[in-house]
Amino acid sequence: MLQVNNIEVVYNKVILVLKGISLEIQDGGVVALLGANGAGKTTTLRAISGILDVENGELEGGQIDFMGRPIHNLDPDEIVKLGISMVPEGRRVFRDLTVLENLLIGAHTRMDKEGIRADLEMIIRYFPVLKERKGQLAIYLSGGEQQMLVIGRALISRPKLMMLDEPSLGLAPLLVTEIFNILRSINGEQRTGILLVEQNARIALNFARYGYIMENGKIMLDGPSEELVKNEDVKEFYLGVKDDLAKKSYAEVKHYKRRKRWLS
Amino acid sequence: MESGLVFFLQLLGSGIAVGCLYALIALGFVLIFKATEIVNFAQGEVIMLSAFICYFLVTTFHIPFFPALVITCIAAALLGVLTERLVLRPMLGEPVFAVVMVTIGLSIFFRSMAGILFGHNNLVFPNPFPSETLKLGGIVLSQTQIWIMVSTFVLITAFFIFFKYSRIGLAMRGTADDQRVALLMGVSVKRVFSLIWALSFATAAVAGIFLANVMVINLGLAFVAISAFPAIVLGGLESIPGAIIGGLAIGIIENLAGGYLDQMIGGGIKDVTPFVVLFLLLMFRPYGLFGKKEIERV
Repeated sequence: MLQVNNIEVVYNKVILVLKGISLEIQDGGVVALLGANGAGKTTTLRAISGILDVENGELEGGQIDFMGRPIHNLDPDEIVKLGISMVPEGRRVFRDLTVLENLLIGAHTRMDKEGIRADLEMIIRYFPVLKERKGQLAIYLSGGEQQMLVIGRALISRPKLMMLDEPSLGLAPLLVTEIFNILRSINGEQRTGILLVEQNARIALNFARYGYIMENGKIMLDGPSEELVKNEDVKEFYLGVKDDLAKKSYAEVKHYKRRKRWLS
Repeated sequence: MESGLVFFLQLLGSGIAVGCLYALIALGFVLIFKATEIVNFAQGEVIMLSAFICYFLVTTFHIPFFPALVITCIAAALLGVLTERLVLRPMLGEPVFAVVMVTIGLSIFFRSMAGILFGHNNLVFPNPFPSETLKLGGIVLSQTQIWIMVSTFVLITAFFIFFKYSRIGLAMRGTADDQRVALLMGVSVKRVFSLIWALSFATAAVAGIFLANVMVINLGLAFVAISAFPAIVLGGLESIPGAIIGGLAIGIIENLAGGYLDQMIGGGIKDVTPFVVLFLLLMFRPYGLFGKKEIERV
């Protein structure tokens, strides 16, 4: 469905942030993109949704194809129309709009009133809390409700691919589990592909079928989630699991070397 | 009725009429600022240009007043789209200061063009309304004043419905709220900006045409926009209801002050009061009655 081919992104014409990223998502696939702060995960999402220029960024090389057609030169509204929607980081609801208006603005690219109404029902089925809060200003929702609202807002454009930027950020573990369960059923029932950006590798690899791990603007490792979870380096650097505490002092030296291999 | 009360209501009535004009001018500023965070200093020139255009449509081309008003609004809207496309869009992402300077440049350009095209003489708009006044329970209002109130009310209601219930209006509010997220929702922010400039200039045109009915038309008409600044600040720069309430309030306050204080101190109080209000406001509530309490560093 989506192929990202060796893209390079430069900010402010000098800072090379993505140094040749390639990734692929199958129809209805669930893919996680992991990495530390500043690895370039969000930039990758921005490149796909075509909003780099707002942030002074520029796609210098490479190609992005969606459903077999290149999209890297399209305006963001055309990309949404083709079926990619994004849930930006940090629960960016429209604060001065009501919950219902937030959802309706997500349907901006659609003209079929009946279809929109039906999909509003669908979103309320997934997120029943939004129904009670329909007329309230979005700013007065709790963090979890806001996250549900922005996912609903992205869903109402009927995307083929939904990109989520750190949906677990700042939410209680129980809520995170709930949201990921809902995402899983959306993926199963609506066949919406999901590209998930996360810092929380444990949740992400548990949720996604395939994972990419980024460091410093490059993809260092990729593979099916089950394999990544078993990988020693991933375990140590991303999942925080260490086998043997006794070896600690010796491991420290090795750790440095191995970590360096990741970061160079 | 008691004569004191009649006097008060009379001042109130004509104050509301003036306030409506302030509200329209303020609305023009607020529309652009709310969506794009640009204070358009060329707004006054648009008011003045529209007054000229409407004047020539009515006198030279003998078009009746209301069609002329509509044509002028359309012309102003086109000018707005053109201005946004040619002047402001290339400035996207530039520092606020640079953009403000561009709008000041634009205002000088518009004023000079008006001078070249329409001349520097004082023109008097042929009054489109019958000159007999209306009496509403002791208060005397001219028909022009009544029309000003009616048009303002119609325009504001139309705006309200548009922003509340239409798809584009909703997209505009979203853009004003968070431009980047609006982009991600598939809103074409470029088109929203064009439309906002068109709406703002059309509103300025309505204000300009009615101003032309109560004042002489010359290049100085552009400076009327400055006298609407207290109204804008009172309402808060990013609040549409604020612009309306601020406009009405300033109109009423200046008329009341003029009516009561002029007799005691002598003339000119009317022109000063809005700015006294502005002073006090900037001291105690700089973001206005309905504005956002946000500090922006420029």
